[in-house]
Amino acid sequence: MLDVKHLRKVYSGHGRTVEAIGDLTFHVAAGEFVTVVGPSGCGKTTLLRCIAGLLPATAGEIRVDGRPVSGPPPGLAVVFQEYGRSLFPWLRVADNVALPLRRRKLSTVERRKRVHDALAAVGLHDSLEAFPWQLSGGMQQRVAIARAVAYEPRVLLMDEPFAAVDAQTRADLEDLVRDVWRQLRITMVFVTHDIDEAVYLGQRVVMLSRSPTHVLDELTVDLPDERDQLGTRSDPGFSKLRARVYSQIRAAKAPVDLGKTAS
Amino acid sequence: MTILRRTALVFGLPSVLFAAWWVFSAGSVDFYRPPLSSILAAFAETWFGSRIRDDVLPSLLRLAAGYSLALVLGIGLGVLIGLSPRLRIAVEPVLEFLRAIPPPVLVPILILFAGIGDLMKVLVVVSGCVWPILLNTVEGVRAIDPVLADTCKAYGIRGADRLRHLVLRSASPQIVTGARQALSVGIILMVISEMFAASSGLGFTVVQFQRGFQIPEMWSGVLLLGLLGVLLSGLFRLVERRVLAWYHGQR
Ligand SMILES: Nc1ncnc2c1ncn2[C@@H]1O[C@H](COP(=O)(O)OP(=O)(O)OP(=O)(O)O)[C@@H](O)[C@H]1O
Ligand SMILES: [Mg+2]
Repeated sequence: MLDVKHLRKVYSGHGRTVEAIGDLTFHVAAGEFVTVVGPSGCGKTTLLRCIAGLLPATAGEIRVDGRPVSGPPPGLAVVFQEYGRSLFPWLRVADNVALPLRRRKLSTVERRKRVHDALAAVGLHDSLEAFPWQLSGGMQQRVAIARAVAYEPRVLLMDEPFAAVDAQTRADLEDLVRDVWRQLRITMVFVTHDIDEAVYLGQRVVMLSRSPTHVLDELTVDLPDERDQLGTRSDPGFSKLRARVYSQIRAAKAPVDLGKTAS
Repeated sequence: MTILRRTALVFGLPSVLFAAWWVFSAGSVDFYRPPLSSILAAFAETWFGSRIRDDVLPSLLRLAAGYSLALVLGIGLGVLIGLSPRLRIAVEPVLEFLRAIPPPVLVPILILFAGIGDLMKVLVVVSGCVWPILLNTVEGVRAIDPVLADTCKAYGIRGADRLRHLVLRSASPQIVTGARQALSVGIILMVISEMFAASSGLGFTVVQFQRGFQIPEMWSGVLLLGLLGVLLSGLFRLVERRVLAWYHGQR
């Protein structure tokens, strides 16, 4: 479904050259839920932007559904890390969610229902008429998530989407995202810096090194598909998995020579 | 702020100035500076008759035509230029050159091409109004938030939807700024175009009065122009408040 092969991305310009992604290869099967963790600045956002066709790769290839990505692939949705700036300040919340649906062949009633359902699912059913800037950061983030959910994409890319919400809302949204994924059988790539979240959500965790980035390790999460916040998180298997991810990430974050001795 | 205090603040200074003018000009015997009382008397006599239809209305219609045309041209070209860096580099020197020409000097030239009728006067207004709108639109379109642009790209919002919901709305605060500047330029040019060659209009009438030594009438024309300016900018503000509600609410 989603193939990243020897991806390399070098930013240059304004007197600075950054090799954000060195050599990245991984595969995501159709309908799979993959979480991506890595230290800050390792190129996670860069990776998502390349997959979404918003940024040309310097070298290597990305295929979505077998087709090489040269522009935004159809049926792909993104929840941006800068969620606040990704909402249209001149459109009300409901219109923000509805705008990407305009090209879909939906009746007005169907469209409205989808918008309402998506906003209700993120707990924003009474903010339909608000402008995004009248909402808190966490609420804005939920609008961005609702917009992606209402779009019913085949591939959903999420870039640290729960960074601005409280623990309880975060837990609810995690379950929501898993529900949506299971119902719609979406292919999901979910970037987070929270190790627990990566293990709780994903079927597989891809761990990235620091820049120039390559895949440090991949870990299959052999937990049952039914997950719940209390049970799963207290499962011994869960603790073992998160300990593995944790040690890898720590090795990646440490200065290079220390990293070598630790791994 | 209560409505009462607001009203007091808004009308305070104009009332004081008006009262001062009234008092200090009351005993004036200077022919060129008549008392305000006689200017006001002339005002009612001069403007509350057929002149509204014969002079005020034609002026306003020409202003409206020129201003609307400038809006269409300025926003249309501004969007095109703002969206295409290459086009911008190509036309920028020409735009700077044309913008630097004071529109009044175009009047004699336009008379050669367009005669002395309404067309010439509308074109004079256009030639002055289009620049602030055009240049501000270009800046506004260039300043589109890249995250929003990416959002549109990723979600397949293209073509007319993109133009309407992203480009024009993003640029609208700048477009409104340009349109506001253009409005005052437009009023000035409306009057100037009528001073050169005309048989009707506000500018024409004021010059006629001056030539005919009808001094209170001349002053009343100036007063009327000022009032029209206030009225038009009030209308403009009403429109702006609707169009930019999201923008003013945000800050
Ligand atoms: N537009 C850009 N121009 C130049 N360099 C950039 C640009 N965007 C990102 N970079 C560089 O690329 C590297 C990776 O950035 P990226 O935003 O992908 O990291 P990230 O993993 O998403 O970090 P975080 O977890 O903090 O969001 C950084 O070193 C950054 O400085
Ligand atoms: Mg990032």
